Amino acid sequence: MDTLVAQLQRQFRDYTISLYHQGFLDDQFTELKKLQDECSPDFVAEVVSLFFEDCEKLIGNMARALDQTGNVDFSLVGSSVHQLKGSSSSVGAKRVKGLCVTFKECCDSQSFEGCVRCLQQVDIEYKSLKAKLQDLFNLEQQIVQAGGRIPQVDI
Amino acid sequence: MMEVCNCIEPQWPADELLMKYQYISDFFIAVAYFSIPLELIYFVKKSAVFPYRWVLVQFGAFIVLCGATHLINLWTFTTHSRTVALVMTTAKVLTAVVSCATALMLVHIIPDLLSVKTRELFLKNKAAELDREMGLIRTQEETGRHVRMLTHEIRSTLDRHTILKTTLVELGRTLALEECALWMPTRTGLELQLSYTLRQQHPVEYTVPIQLPVINQVFGTSRAVKISPNSPVARLRPVSGKYLLGEVVAVRVPLLHLSNFQINDWPELSTKRYALMVLMLPSDSARQWHVHELELVEVVADQVAVALSHAAILEESMRARDLLMEQNVALDIARREAETAIRARNDFLAVMNHEMRTPMHAIIALSSLLQETELTPEQRLMVETVLKSSSLLATLMNDVLDLSRLEDGSLQLELGTFNLHTLFREVLNLIKPIAVVKKLPITLNLAPDLPEFVVGDEKRLMQIILNIVGNAVKFSKQGSISVTALVTKSDNRAPPDFFVVPTGSHFYLRVKVKDLGAGINPQDIPKLFTKFAQTQSLATRSSGGSGLGLAISKRFVNLMEGNIWIESEGVGKGCTAIFDVKLGISNESKQSGIPKVPANPQHVNFAGLKVLVMDENGVSRMVTKGLLVHLGCEVTTVSSSEECLRVVSHEHRVVFMDVCTPGVENYQIALRIHEKFTKRHQRPLLVALTGNTDKSTKERCMSFGLDGVLLKPVSLDNMRNVLSDLLEHRVLYEAM
Repeated sequence: MDTLVAQLQRQFRDYTISLYHQGFLDDQFTELKKLQDECSPDFVAEVVSLFFEDCEKLIGNMARALDQTGNVDFSLVGSSVHQLKGSSSSVGAKRVKGLCVTFKECCDSQSFEGCVRCLQQVDIEYKSLKAKLQDLFNLEQQIVQAGGRIPQVDI
Repeated sequence: MMEVCNCIEPQWPADELLMKYQYISDFFIAVAYFSIPLELIYFVKKSAVFPYRWVLVQFGAFIVLCGATHLINLWTFTTHSRTVALVMTTAKVLTAVVSCATALMLVHIIPDLLSVKTRELFLKNKAAELDREMGLIRTQEETGRHVRMLTHEIRSTLDRHTILKTTLVELGRTLALEECALWMPTRTGLELQLSYTLRQQHPVEYTVPIQLPVINQVFGTSRAVKISPNSPVARLRPVSGKYLLGEVVAVRVPLLHLSNFQINDWPELSTKRYALMVLMLPSDSARQWHVHELELVEVVADQVAVALSHAAILEESMRARDLLMEQNVALDIARREAETAIRARNDFLAVMNHEMRTPMHAIIALSSLLQETELTPEQRLMVETVLKSSSLLATLMNDVLDLSRLEDGSLQLELGTFNLHTLFREVLNLIKPIAVVKKLPITLNLAPDLPEFVVGDEKRLMQIILNIVGNAVKFSKQGSISVTALVTKSDNRAPPDFFVVPTGSHFYLRVKVKDLGAGINPQDIPKLFTKFAQTQSLATRSSGGSGLGLAISKRFVNLMEGNIWIESEGVGKGCTAIFDVKLGISNESKQSGIPKVPANPQHVNFAGLKVLVMDENGVSRMVTKGLLVHLGCEVTTVSSSEECLRVVSHEHRVVFMDVCTPGVENYQIALRIHEKFTKRHQRPLLVALTGNTDKSTKERCMSFGLDGVLLKPVSLDNMRNVLSDLLEHRVLYEAM
């Protein structure tokens, strides 16, 4: 008969591991976790939310640039992709980063269809990651409220 | 018996007187006749040896019968009966028979008896002869015994004096001599000196010349020679009124020289030296020298010669052994002194090493620090001179210490893996300032097949190359200097006694340093590698240095199983220094160029370290900041180059700048920062954060004056290591 805390902790662990295994997150995320301590208890949350804001902004920029049919500024798109790639690699958003690489190639080759397709994929991807991370943070809060400790997950 | 009276007148008638006399005589005859055989029988019975018993019996019978006849005759004087006459006749007949038989028998016997006598005489003579011979043999046996005893006595010692003394004593005893003396030849060989005598304890030391005829006579034969008692060699004592001096005999004693003593080949005695032994019989004894005594003396003389030569050999070998022992002792002392000296020198060097280096380090360290502060140009010049001089002094100390350790053979190479190409470039960078001042262009040619990562003693190899290139720069006034490094093959030119065989995991590196400077007289070339020698030209003498450089380099090269030589066509024609060393090929192709990243960084305390982070990307800016904050730094963030330039100050120790964004502007900021901070100590360290660390990126970073490159994203451990390394070494080339 598991306690609630134990149950939640197990849930949290399993979920985290699944995120890694599915390729949503990579080691960089673990590094971020390491930086969270008493001085900055919400460091990861802050960085992640900033990332998602950044994503939103950049994707918006790219969409607008790609909407200029016939006069697409691929260098602008490319620089935005570059930014996104940097951001995603900083937080450990593995899938997003991978998509950015592909996106960059499309930009370099100035393939409009490729860029549009990649943009869509990036959009989907970042949103799904955002949802998943939200779930993860909710689990954490539940554990804390239940009086437990957030377990250390070794991948 | 009847008394015979002396009266002549007959009392009886005359014919009765005659009858009476006859009667008496017959009676006595009968008695004698009967007693003689009795005596014979008695004595024959007593002696058992008499061989002619039968004759005696016959004789006895003859006598008995004669006696019987005479006895019976007694009755015939008066009238007698016929029986008596019969008995008388029988007796007479028997007597006649027996006497005739006896007479016949005697004819046989008497010659035998006579011959017995002759045999007896013969035997007596023989016995006398045998007696004589036995006497002789006994004497000889005695002599032999004496000789053996003498020899044993003489040969039982190897001491020359004992030998000679014993000889004289034993001879004196055996032969019952009055005096016995030995004359030895003097060192000059011209005289004989009286060395030993029997009776006198301390003989008067006087000499006779060796060329006396009597001496020559004795030396001429190996036999003992009788000499006159009045000859100078025999007159040993003052004549004390003896009337008749005993006979004197002299014999030579050969003295065999050591150098002529050969086992298989006895030397001719005629050319050798002799001593003279003189023996004197007691005076007034009328004794004569017998042959066996002379033979004894000769034998003894020979034995003495042998014993003396053995003694001489022994003396010689003892002397040699004593000499060797002395030399041994002296060598031992010398060796111990040398060891003491070496120990003292090592102690001194160790002390000097430590004691002198401590203040030296202080001087150098403090001078360097002084150099970093604000100084007027004159002060700066002074400080630089102090630094240069103390560096020179430190080098000198190191050189001397190294050289003494090299000579001891106690220096060991410290092998490690290092980058050969980098080494050459470093050397060149060190030399470049001086070369630029002297306007001597230096070129470096590395052969394409030169391995990059090698195994060897990096520090010492650098020392060698520095020394050689430094010499080239020192001794050149104009011209260019070229440094060539290649892998040498065996058909290249090399000194004839050196063969290069590259093995599997090793190769021989050949370095040629050619200059067009002063050049060297070919005759001086061998002297170059000797310690403390300098070529004598005035220009070079002023350039300082201890003259040890080439000697040390040569020893290091030898330690690396190589060879070093210099070729020059003459004074003023420049020279080429060439050396080969054996190096190992490293298996690791990927070798970190960083000075080792320690597992436990020393510099963990980054508390309060002011750093500046420049990143246009907000997310990565935040992540980097979080990283640095976590490590305890005080982080300021900026998002553009302009802002960075505005904000950066000398308080910031490190500036992390993101150079991911394509474009060259990012690097420009490094240049701007360099311009802003002219003094080296004020300028913060510049680290580029980039997404890729390929060679071109790294080179570009270097060329823009960045101190390091980091690959994003940076892990916590990585950042920690990097920071500590950076702050310790002030340089960082790569981190993954």
